[in-house]
Amino acid sequence: MSASSAFNDEKGGSSNVGEPEYGHDPASGGIFSSDYKRHDDLKEMLDSNKDSLKLEAMKRIVAMIARGKNASDLFPAVVKNVACKNIEVKKLVYVYLVRYAEEQQDLALLSISTFQRGLKDPNQLIRASALRVLSSIRVTIIVPIMMLAIKEAASDMSPYVRKTAAHAIPKLYSLDPEQKDCLIEVIEKLLADKTTLVAGSVVMAFEEVCPERIDLIHKNYRKLCNLLIDVEEWGQVVIINMLTRYARTQFLNPNMNVSIADKEEKEKKKTEATAIVKRKPYVMDPDHRLLLRNTKPLLQSRNAAVVMAVAQLYFHLAPKAEVGVIAKALVRLMRSHSEVQYVVLQNVATMSIKRRGMFEPYLKSFYIRSTDPTQIKVLKLEVLTNLANETNISTILREFQTYIKSNDKDFVAATIQAIGRCATNIGEVRDTCLNGLVQLLSNRDELVVAESVVVIKKLLQMQPEQHSDIIKHMAKLTDNIQVPMARASILWLIGEYCEHVPKIAPDVLRKMAKTFTNEEDIVKLQIINLAAKLYLTNSKQTKLLTQYVLNLAKYDQNYDIRDRARFIRQLIVPTDKSGALSKYAKKLFLALKPAPVLESPFKDRDHFQLGSLSHLLNAKAGGYQVLPDWPEAAPDPSVRNVEVPEWTKCSSREKRKEKKADKPFYSDSEGESGPTESADSEEVKKSEKKSKPRIGSSESESEEDEDSESESSESEEEESEEESEEETKKKKKVGNERLENTHTTDIHTHSERRNTHILNCDSQPNTIASVQVFDTICKPAWLYMQFLLNPPLPVSVPQTIVPSGNLKTYELLHRITGEGLSVEYCFSRQPFSPDPHMVAVKIQFTNSATSEAKSLHVEDAKLQSGMRIKEFPEIEVLPAGETVSVVMGIDFCDSTQAANFQLCTHTRKFFVSIQPPVGELMMPIFMTENEFKKEQGQLMGMNEITEKLTLEEKCQGEHAVVQRVTTAANLSRPSCTSSPVSDSQVRWEDGDQWQPCTGQCGHQRGRGRPADGQLNFLPLLQLGSVSLCSLTYIQPHIHPLSFQIPQYLESSFSSLRYW
Amino acid sequence: MQFPAKMIHSLFLVNSSGDIFLEKHWKSVVSRSVCDYFFEAQERASEPENVPPVIPTPHHYLISVLRHRIYFVAVIQSEVPPLFVIEFLHRVVDTFQDYFGVCTEAAIKDNVVVVYELLEEMLDNGFPLATESNILKELIKPPTILRTVVNTITGSTNVGEQLPTGQLSVVPWRRTGVKYTNNEAYFDVVEEIDAIIDKSGSTITAEIQGVIDACVKLTGMPDLTLSFMNPRLLDDVSFHPCVRFKRWEAERILSFIPPDGNFRLLSYHVSCQNLVAIPVYVKHNITFREGSSQGRFELTLGPKQTMGKGLEAVLISSQLPRGVLNTNLNPSQGTYNFDPVTKLLSWDVGKINPQKLPSLKGSMSLQAGASKPDENPTINIQFKIQQSALSGLKVNRLDMYGEKYKPFKGIKYMTKAGKFQVRT
Repeated sequence: MSASSAFNDEKGGSSNVGEPEYGHDPASGGIFSSDYKRHDDLKEMLDSNKDSLKLEAMKRIVAMIARGKNASDLFPAVVKNVACKNIEVKKLVYVYLVRYAEEQQDLALLSISTFQRGLKDPNQLIRASALRVLSSIRVTIIVPIMMLAIKEAASDMSPYVRKTAAHAIPKLYSLDPEQKDCLIEVIEKLLADKTTLVAGSVVMAFEEVCPERIDLIHKNYRKLCNLLIDVEEWGQVVIINMLTRYARTQFLNPNMNVSIADKEEKEKKKTEATAIVKRKPYVMDPDHRLLLRNTKPLLQSRNAAVVMAVAQLYFHLAPKAEVGVIAKALVRLMRSHSEVQYVVLQNVATMSIKRRGMFEPYLKSFYIRSTDPTQIKVLKLEVLTNLANETNISTILREFQTYIKSNDKDFVAATIQAIGRCATNIGEVRDTCLNGLVQLLSNRDELVVAESVVVIKKLLQMQPEQHSDIIKHMAKLTDNIQVPMARASILWLIGEYCEHVPKIAPDVLRKMAKTFTNEEDIVKLQIINLAAKLYLTNSKQTKLLTQYVLNLAKYDQNYDIRDRARFIRQLIVPTDKSGALSKYAKKLFLALKPAPVLESPFKDRDHFQLGSLSHLLNAKAGGYQVLPDWPEAAPDPSVRNVEVPEWTKCSSREKRKEKKADKPFYSDSEGESGPTESADSEEVKKSEKKSKPRIGSSESESEEDEDSESESSESEEEESEEESEEETKKKKKVGNERLENTHTTDIHTHSERRNTHILNCDSQPNTIASVQVFDTICKPAWLYMQFLLNPPLPVSVPQTIVPSGNLKTYELLHRITGEGLSVEYCFSRQPFSPDPHMVAVKIQFTNSATSEAKSLHVEDAKLQSGMRIKEFPEIEVLPAGETVSVVMGIDFCDSTQAANFQLCTHTRKFFVSIQPPVGELMMPIFMTENEFKKEQGQLMGMNEITEKLTLEEKCQGEHAVVQRVTTAANLSRPSCTSSPVSDSQVRWEDGDQWQPCTGQCGHQRGRGRPADGQLNFLPLLQLGSVSLCSLTYIQPHIHPLSFQIPQYLESSFSSLRYW
Repeated sequence: MQFPAKMIHSLFLVNSSGDIFLEKHWKSVVSRSVCDYFFEAQERASEPENVPPVIPTPHHYLISVLRHRIYFVAVIQSEVPPLFVIEFLHRVVDTFQDYFGVCTEAAIKDNVVVVYELLEEMLDNGFPLATESNILKELIKPPTILRTVVNTITGSTNVGEQLPTGQLSVVPWRRTGVKYTNNEAYFDVVEEIDAIIDKSGSTITAEIQGVIDACVKLTGMPDLTLSFMNPRLLDDVSFHPCVRFKRWEAERILSFIPPDGNFRLLSYHVSCQNLVAIPVYVKHNITFREGSSQGRFELTLGPKQTMGKGLEAVLISSQLPRGVLNTNLNPSQGTYNFDPVTKLLSWDVGKINPQKLPSLKGSMSLQAGASKPDENPTINIQFKIQQSALSGLKVNRLDMYGEKYKPFKGIKYMTKAGKFQVRT
């Protein structure tokens, strides 16, 4: 109420509330004088003893400030009230002070002592707000006081005050840049702060004061990564952006392998005899991984700025295969306000050039609605154009057809341009596009026609011979089209390809000569151009016309045109004086011109950090920090080690979030922070490095590589064999020395062998050690595992291999709760013969009680709809100390939902539940590699899901991976009947039940396990580098389970429980 | 080289007639003449929403959002993520709306002191400080009629005297010491269907997006879990910061300590491979004949795949081509309106009775001599379906831990049309 009355009062003469534009009020002179009077009563009110009057006065003053009116003459009266008891008056006085202190520096000093007192107040809110206001007063003279206050507040007990101190730093810095060094000290101190409240603010201060001091981040890097999820949203954005830059200076390019691998491949072929350049295998720094992992959940943030920050981080830092995760989140942002859409689309446009595949599944999200604002439409069009490829071009073109009819002519013009770009990029549709554009030439709207002409011109330049009829058609248009650009384009086309339209060209020139004087300048220039070209090719018919045109041009008003005419006359008309050039006139004019490349305006925009203002404007904004290139060699990662790993204590919120999955990772690094440099032999040091994932093993490896290189240079194969042998030997030594790690070294032995051919594995006897081969024969269509390590099994005999030893058992009922009866179960991986849709579960009862248990059976199953259970036959008696196994079947109905049921004895009932891991739901099917490839080929594109897994060092190498996959899930390699896979990537694949599929089999939901034959997965594991492994599925339908598989496999890779 | 400090420098509020009616500076004062660049861009733009959100000027950058026909123009001096500013400005608008019920020029002017206090708390030196509604409400009490009256009489204030405990706690979004006599928690599952239907009635694209808005009035520090019958439907989600992410990842259960009052718990996108059931169909026959000054207009609506629920609050709007001078239409139910200036046709249908399908038939008069329009108008449809979420998402149960009392729980489902367009 009071506020509104203040507003009305201030308006003086005009009583109308909604009256706009106070500043330009015609009666402002009158108001000004009355303002003085009014200010008098404001002063009176401020001087009174009543808080309510003071408050009233302050409210009116703030209302004045809000409207941009000058209230500076009240400064003395207001500043007196800075010590007012009433907190709202005080706050409003602060607002006033901050606004006017700069103008009234001397008077502002009067208030300082109040703030200094406030800084000592026991109430943290008052301390903080005193510091806030003190630092906001832009008065140079108090810089030393501010500095002192900031330093003190930086070690305040209250994190809120410390946060305020962090906020004060940039304020002081902008007031007096001389203080930089002192401020950096404070920043360093606050960076070490462990509370989430401070983290965002101090990084912001860091970014403003000393973004170049990247060294301050080292020790705090891991802490910042771990705190990130709990920092408030705005702080998250700042931290993520800073960490992106940091990572670019400290880590290696995760994608360098890809590019180098290609190169190396070529090199190998070329220089067989010469020594092959061995590169260090890329190992992602665990800190790099930490950053990627801890930012990923933030893609789910409600704050668009956070999502964008994570997206740019992934785009700039993540390995290629992982970048895809951001697409979904970015597409989600497109639902937001149009301003958000605008910014996101700009970034998507840039990304979609580099990584088209990422957004292809979301193509339809970029379809344009008639209600979108034009700027959004144009950006969506840009994205659609970038995403166009051979497979989707027909749908995109169909969309474009509707867009062309739009009322929004700017948008139509942009669509035509887009069609042109599609046509240049995709050869198959060039003719279709051209025909479509030609049809547009008869459009009623001139702008549409003009735009089409311009685009057609560009397209025709690519293959003019085949399209003389289009050129003829366009020549006819010169009578109607008035848009200068279009006329000019047509004339240029006719001139350029006059040999294709020998009859029409002179006639066009004749018409143009008639209208020459009335044409626009660009058209005139093209008429001269056309005349010159015709003169050179067909001088008989056009000599006079040309001269006529040149004469007209000679007296044109525009000097450019006069100039051109003179120049051309000299060049083409042979006279005595004309020099050597005129001989080459034809070559000059009718040289073969390269076709224009229609490029996206967003190409190469990614040299600006995405999401930044500079990227949006495509120009460097002030204060933009250039995103550095990846370093050639990674700087020492140990700088990030923290002496006392205190930060491993999760913040309280994280605890609530039950962060158990990440634990081993952190504890790893803890162990590393105190390096044990006791051993003196080099060998041991190496082993130390090998066994710890924290430290990149690349250095030691390259040494070895070099060694082996110098030893053998005869042939590639021999070399690789020798090398691998040598490596194996070394690894063995290592293994012996570190006995406590033996269980992992076995796997490790194979880890470096990914460059060797699969067939080479046959000769490695030690590889079999950890791989068990089983040979239970079951019903046809079942083949379980077929390792290439062994002589190929006869393909026609389907087999099931049951890994009896490696099966993981789960507890169903503990001995204590079961009153002596303990029950374990495992997935036997054998077909459940009564019902092929069911998964066989082997249940083992052990009676450790003193008395016998009777009539064990299943009862009262509580199942999700669709699930079914086939109970095991009742066990009559289980004597004490005995163990018995039974098999039951459960149809989990393609889900990982638990099957709940009761296990009953003659006395008790126990509630139990069996929850299957994803891997156990898969039913394998035999398929040769060739068959696999064939089926795979039919299902590319939309049906492909790629997930990337990171492997721990312990499970690197193909055998280790194969082993883990087979143990975790019913997957195996395809039998390799044909030639071995010969590229450097090792592949093995398996579908679960595969039935000949033409890509159109209907997926019937809820009809049993994947084994139903309705659903097919074709997982393809690719071992790209030592630590990364990507898993691609191809399947005709996207099935809920498929998203769980990679996670499941990843967990099986990271945990050592299985081994 | 030193650059001027980052983040938001000043904020100007501009109304639809192009007047600055409020300004706030967080650093040195930037003259309001900087907005001239904005006005220039505004003049160039054909529609209000076509003003570019980011405008570079020689010394500043202007980043603006348009909401409730007010432009919020932020002045930036150097590099800052544009979304950061845009998102913040939207948050400011949301806060105003939360405080004053509406965010209009009049409301802002009436509450100019509260607005100023809010802006002061939300940004410090241009960097966001407190944007969480629960915290702000502890710092600055929202104006209610009663409080305004009391304040004018007693001279007491709207400003809290203590640091909001939320600022320091592990749950910064919830205020402490919450007390209610009736403990209630209501959840609204609202789904919007976005679709483009082509001429022949086939679906070009359709997707369902949903939100769960909550109104939680519970005493103390309740810890809630909400589980779904079919969480797998949710393809992509974004959460209020209170939701524990790990728990969702592992169990697909929403576990959270809610903020007090209204908030958006979750927004989600339903996985696209499930075919979306389109709940409405449109039969249309809109023709313009060359040379004739009359055009035919026929529209019939009908329900389709609505799971037995009725379509309500159906509203049709369509931007007719410029050549249409007027219309002469007969609605079988509801009212229709055609604005000859903007050429906007709107038809408020209301409820659809499946036995008697609503239709709108008649003729359009066209400009004499003008050629026939290229494009047939697009039809935008709005509707509501009560008590049903189109995707079939169902909340399984809501449990509360940490407090003794029994809360009253309620859940409501609703489906709405989002951007639902039919091309004709």
